Amino acid sequence: MSMILGVPVTVLSGQLMLGVINGAFYALLSLGLAVIFGLLKIINFAHGAMYMLGAMCTVLMFDAFGVNYWVALFVAPLVVGCFGILLEYFLLRRIAGQDHIYSLLLTFGVALVLQGVLTNIYGVSGLRYTMPDIFKGGMNLGFMFLPYYRAWVIVVALLVCFGTWFMIEKTRLGSYLRAGTEDSQLMQGFGINVPLLISLTYGFGVMLAAFAGALAAPIYSVSPVMGSNILIVVFAVVVIGGMGSIAGAVITGLLMGVVEGLTKVIYPEGSAAVIFLVMVIVLLIRPSGLFGKEA
Amino acid sequence: MATTTTQTDIQQSIVKQQKSEQRKKRILNLVLLALLLLAPAVMYPVFLMKILCFALFAVAFNLLLGFTGLLSFGHAAFLAAGSYTTGYLLSNFSGLTTEMGIVVGTAAATVLGLGFGVVAIRRQGIYFAMITLALAQLVYFFFVQAPFTGGEDGMHGVPRGYLFGVVDLSNNYAMYYFVLAVFLGGYLLVQRIVGSPFGQVLKAIKQNEPRAVSLGYNVDRYKLLAFVISASLAGLAGSVKTVVFQLASLNDAHWHMSGEVILMTLLGGTGTLLGPVIGATFVVNLEYQLSQGPMGDWVDPILGGIFILTVMAFRSGIVGEIQNFMRKNMS
Repeated sequence: MSMILGVPVTVLSGQLMLGVINGAFYALLSLGLAVIFGLLKIINFAHGAMYMLGAMCTVLMFDAFGVNYWVALFVAPLVVGCFGILLEYFLLRRIAGQDHIYSLLLTFGVALVLQGVLTNIYGVSGLRYTMPDIFKGGMNLGFMFLPYYRAWVIVVALLVCFGTWFMIEKTRLGSYLRAGTEDSQLMQGFGINVPLLISLTYGFGVMLAAFAGALAAPIYSVSPVMGSNILIVVFAVVVIGGMGSIAGAVITGLLMGVVEGLTKVIYPEGSAAVIFLVMVIVLLIRPSGLFGKEA
Repeated sequence: MATTTTQTDIQQSIVKQQKSEQRKKRILNLVLLALLLLAPAVMYPVFLMKILCFALFAVAFNLLLGFTGLLSFGHAAFLAAGSYTTGYLLSNFSGLTTEMGIVVGTAAATVLGLGFGVVAIRRQGIYFAMITLALAQLVYFFFVQAPFTGGEDGMHGVPRGYLFGVVDLSNNYAMYYFVLAVFLGGYLLVQRIVGSPFGQVLKAIKQNEPRAVSLGYNVDRYKLLAFVISASLAGLAGSVKTVVFQLASLNDAHWHMSGEVILMTLLGGTGTLLGPVIGATFVVNLEYQLSQGPMGDWVDPILGGIFILTVMAFRSGIVGEIQNFMRKNMS
């Protein structure tokens, strides 16, 4: 068997694949965070909880109504997105324009409530979700075995990320959004409903998180606490990428997944911490992050 | 001529008012001190010590958030650094007196604070919060995997030992008065810092950082110093806590702990001296009461609800709201 760095190629490529998958989730989540932060200046501490809600929603809809995977992939983000819009309307809107720290603390409180309540109902042990039959199995690429579902996750996550970037940076709707957050009064003057735009943006960011959750349901253990640990990692990803940058969030997300996967092969004990270590190094060299604009 | 007399009159009345306010404050402080001294007669000392440890933690945290305007989301790391260092030393070196263990634990937290500070101070606001959070997570993983920490189980059976090699701290009353002395020391230090010219600069940075820069202050150095002092006091709280409970656990390092100290401070009143103490008392009591009853599993959602309520409705916290009320209605 051929070896790279003293590690069998199959092991290395397997871990790399897992890394890319994790990276796809990091990318989707940090993209949502970046959209919400970049346009609304809110650090959405409830983002992990929204990811968890997406996954829980997928599992519970299946258990209660037999809703299949494909429907859940659309409905779960919609449900959670609507919840996000309500949250924005009833809570976040009232503290807009205050110190950003308050939005962080408020969403932290929301996350505690959501996670705590669901833990009391469903426990932390993890719910099971069976994968749709079409994804059973995989293909042999010669140097590694690629399960179909993992390939699907990577493809669809990348498509969604690219679509979001395209919408915000290249379309008219995106330009309204960017302008609306830059100078909301002026945009109001042009007859654009900025508060609605803000609600929808928050809802969209939350939808991205819930979509990631629905994608994660068949491969990760679904439980009320699944969001809380990944959230901190995603924060680190966003800091590394540079907080304002949409493309930075996606690229860094994928990159960090790979870095994590590689560390798992070379030095397994460090795999949980390596992203935070990268963050420290990047901050020391480039305080605004890899893709950050401000100096 | 007439105007000057009125001016001096006004000045005199202001001075008089300030003096009477100071006297009121002094009386209040004396009453509180008396209560703290007598408290173990009516309440379980270990519970009181828990409150005092968290109160010191919150007071340390508030030096940053309340007086410098820096939201650290990683203060659990300092609590844990103090906690684990002291626990390790007292468990493994029987010749060591308790206060030596605490001093070294505090020093460890101070060094860690310096490291955090150097990395995090370069960014402001929420960036700062997220960076401290991520750094604290790094520390958490270290404590999970380091060979001496007992991993998920934590470190148990840390001996309380003898203070100065003489006073037997296994006696809860002796321990209580020692913890009280440490707490008061920390509290008075923060009070002194806040009132000093250094504290004035910190407040200026909080209110308007660019202006403080333009006035010629080396803002980063002031912030770093405040951060290190805060980390050091948080470490002290952790060290003492380990001696009281004879254990150091991963709970101290988890980011939930960082959230909890924010809640204590915010709820009690940021930027007030007494606020964090009241907030810590409230939160520790609440957790204790809930854990006794059928609502034990609902601690987290209830704390989350209090978070939401505090941010939405009374952002100046308990002490701050009382102060606002008095200012409006009593002068």
